Amino acid sequence: MQKKRSTFLFSILCFGMAFLYIPMLLLIVYSFNYSKIVPVWGGFSTRWYGKLFESEEVWNALTLSIKIAVVNATFATILGSLAGLALVRFGRFKGRTLFGGMISAPLVMPEVITGLSLLMLFITLKEFLGWPDKRGFTTITIAHITFSMAYVAVIIQSRLTGMGISLEEAAQDLGARPLRVLGDITLPLLAPGMMAGWLLAFTLSLDDLVISSFVTGPGANTLPMLIYSRVRLGLRPDINALATIIIVTVAVGVLISGWIMLRQQKQKQRDMQMASAD
Amino acid sequence: MSSQDEFEDQPWLDPDAVPFISIRGVTKKFGDFVAVDSVDLDIYQGELFCLLGGSGCGKTTLLRMLAGFETPSSGSIFIDGVEMSNVPPYERPVNMMFQSYALFPHMNVEKNVAYGLKRDGVPKEEINLRVAEMLSMVELTDFSQRKPHQLSGGQRQRVALARALIKRPKVLLLDEPLAALDKRLREQTQFELMNIQEKLGVTFVVVTHDQEEAMTLSTRIAVMDAGEFEQIGSPTEIYEYPDSRMVADFIGSINMFEGRVTQNSSDHISVSGSEEDIEFFVDYGMSIKDGNKVWVAVRPEKMRLSKEPPTAKKANQIKGMVQDIGYLGDISIYRIKLASDRVIDVTVPNQIRPKDGKHVAYWEDEVYLDWDAASAIVLTR
Amino acid sequence: MKQITTLDRMKAPVMARNWASELMGFLQTQWKAVVVFVPFFWLLVFFLAPFFIILKISLAESLIASPPFSPLFEWAEDGVMSIRIIFDNYSYLWEDELYLNTYLSSLKISTISTVICLLLGYPMAYAIVRSPPTTKNILLMMVILPFWTSFLLRVYAWMGLLADQGLVNDFLIWAGFIETPVRLMYSHFAVYVGIVYTYVPFMILPLYANMEKLDMELHEAAADLGSKPTTTFFTITLPLTWPGIVAGSLLVFIPATGEFVIPDLLGGGNVLMIGRVLFNEFHANHDWPVASAVAIALLILLVVPMMLYQRVQAKETESD
Repeated sequence: MQKKRSTFLFSILCFGMAFLYIPMLLLIVYSFNYSKIVPVWGGFSTRWYGKLFESEEVWNALTLSIKIAVVNATFATILGSLAGLALVRFGRFKGRTLFGGMISAPLVMPEVITGLSLLMLFITLKEFLGWPDKRGFTTITIAHITFSMAYVAVIIQSRLTGMGISLEEAAQDLGARPLRVLGDITLPLLAPGMMAGWLLAFTLSLDDLVISSFVTGPGANTLPMLIYSRVRLGLRPDINALATIIIVTVAVGVLISGWIMLRQQKQKQRDMQMASAD
Repeated sequence: MSSQDEFEDQPWLDPDAVPFISIRGVTKKFGDFVAVDSVDLDIYQGELFCLLGGSGCGKTTLLRMLAGFETPSSGSIFIDGVEMSNVPPYERPVNMMFQSYALFPHMNVEKNVAYGLKRDGVPKEEINLRVAEMLSMVELTDFSQRKPHQLSGGQRQRVALARALIKRPKVLLLDEPLAALDKRLREQTQFELMNIQEKLGVTFVVVTHDQEEAMTLSTRIAVMDAGEFEQIGSPTEIYEYPDSRMVADFIGSINMFEGRVTQNSSDHISVSGSEEDIEFFVDYGMSIKDGNKVWVAVRPEKMRLSKEPPTAKKANQIKGMVQDIGYLGDISIYRIKLASDRVIDVTVPNQIRPKDGKHVAYWEDEVYLDWDAASAIVLTR
Repeated sequence: MKQITTLDRMKAPVMARNWASELMGFLQTQWKAVVVFVPFFWLLVFFLAPFFIILKISLAESLIASPPFSPLFEWAEDGVMSIRIIFDNYSYLWEDELYLNTYLSSLKISTISTVICLLLGYPMAYAIVRSPPTTKNILLMMVILPFWTSFLLRVYAWMGLLADQGLVNDFLIWAGFIETPVRLMYSHFAVYVGIVYTYVPFMILPLYANMEKLDMELHEAAADLGSKPTTTFFTITLPLTWPGIVAGSLLVFIPATGEFVIPDLLGGGNVLMIGRVLFNEFHANHDWPVASAVAIALLILLVVPMMLYQRVQAKETESD
């Protein structure tokens, strides 16, 4: 019985993983297709990669997206960390429920609603304050920070809860003032979480299509917007090439960081075993 | 003998002694829950004071109020004559050893220990000197460059102790200092703690749920229950003269008999058992009326077990039947069933090897228990 | 006293330092307020305020299908007007069958997708939890990896697979199920595939986190007490993983209901989903008041599941 159930689990796991990965693998394979008609194989070629980089449009979109992603990730990490800190460490304060609700709501808010409502805000602000006078980089970045900081806050919250309060209390007990504790203990221990938060915010921003489409202005096309405008009319071999580059970059990044984390974990385990042998 | 010498080891008996820590009417509420309920306590310089109680009795909350991590809902705490309500933890002359040790994982042993001195702006040379001295005291000199996760449990405990002691605090607070160690290490560390305390003369306040630990370590113990002190006294007082059934039951094991006072004079009390046919004769007097309900308590090791009826004696004895025998090596525990169907425990030291595995008495044997007038205690609550 | 003032005047830099130290002092005492205030203010302005604005706009006149830069403050001043017009946009949504059908269709699609995600994700999460540690880490990473890759590109990948000359059709013909390619793209089927494909990791991860905390000895205890594996599953595993099921389902259901990219790229004109209608209402028709009303109606539809999700999350963090 046990055996039978394991086989069932194993086959569904294999099916699930195949389901998750085969489409992406095929996407990559067909990026090396010579044929202009994507699903029809016409021999191996890298010509679409060349075509891709000839296009100034692609370069502009890529630069804009990366610029937005970096600024967004930095601000989202700062704001999200502050929010996480406040929610976990400050106990009850006025407006905490509202604050907690607002910080986690963007996680599940449909993008169309966030996008539309932010656009309306920007338009209203412009009418009353004359700012932002042009939609584009600034407005997209603000919109991205608003939803990315929620993800960072969630990461920071779980790290802080997992860390427990006693390390910070110990530092206070030894004479460190609250700000000192923050600098000496809390921030160094949160650094890996903040790093993870930064990377997540960066990726989320690089990925966003819907919200950007709402709050952008003339001329400001992010990479996803460019991809969308091309693929909604049908398959495009150059997009396969672009997708391959993006997927491979991300996969390599994730694998490397995963490998580093695993190695650190193993090193720590070895250290601990050695220590108890002393 | 001057009065100072007279009370040297027991300052709490000296009416002129000034308490070092003074807790006055302190209450701590978390919402509706009263964790600590208007307690008063004086702790004197150089004491090794234990707060003993089960989980949720308020002992840790009280300790955290001394450290400054919690503020009393009402009442006040004085340390060395200074009111502490508005003093934040980082300005209090106390240090704490955390139950989890709370060693900073990103700093090595040396940096952990030096942390407190650095915050006080002590010159670098002095820090180095004092850290080295402290590490040699806790025998960790060779481990100064290790990170906490590279240490064993016992070593971590000693780093935590060194880190808490290096600022020469007026009071050291220890939250379950030995709970994370295994039994053998725990016993050894108990004595190390006592030596260090004696050497440095620092006042220790220890929170523990382990009564054995409290008995070995402390000069005095406060037994806590539901946010209140049940009894405060030296280990001997707590064990031999518990104030209440709760304390008597909590510390060690005890056999309790309900009864009514039949005769009460200045040098003895007689009690007759309500459920068992026992006449109790206890060798001290109390201010209590005849006919009042009391409980007489006798600890298992203070009872004698024999197969022959004690001669020429009427009080302080009862007959029973052996229901169970627990052989523990050093002692054996006999569970004796009385005529009232109550089961009580008696311990018998195994002074000679049981011959061919034979015990003093056997299952189903009829046995007699008796004890001295100086063995039992009378409890009124 | 006098001496001190002269000294201060003589040493101008001291004044500057005083100012700096005052700021430091302010930070020392008020840093907590600063830490709360900055993100709080940001969210109030860029998250909460926008909802009130679209609420306001949704109550405005529809005739303002005029240029996008129409004066919003006029609506704000004309309170009476707004109240009269409340019905216009919302009753329009109610009366026009298209909108009502779209809402219902969205709900149906996201519900079915959630169920499929659960049926696929639950055994996967369970299989991952029960794998040996090293395999577990690798499998977990494989589930997380899609999170980091572009959503849009993952949807695009299916455009290639489901195309008339795509591999799915090739496979079906090769296997002899069909003779000529069938239309897979621009159908409900394509939308379900797309949603399940992109959202199944959102189902697996909360389930995994929940199951990871589950004590495997419970199964042994249940078996020891004579429970058959199926009984154990329904009496022990399922009730204990319920929080994970709820969290995962909501994480799929809520965003899937408002999904735009998948119905747009894979569903074509055949599949009605509210996110897409909103997007088109706004970008193609430039009808802001109606778009806002659509958004508010969607929000009302999702507010219950969203609050439920928050409660589940809050409970989870508390129990940690």
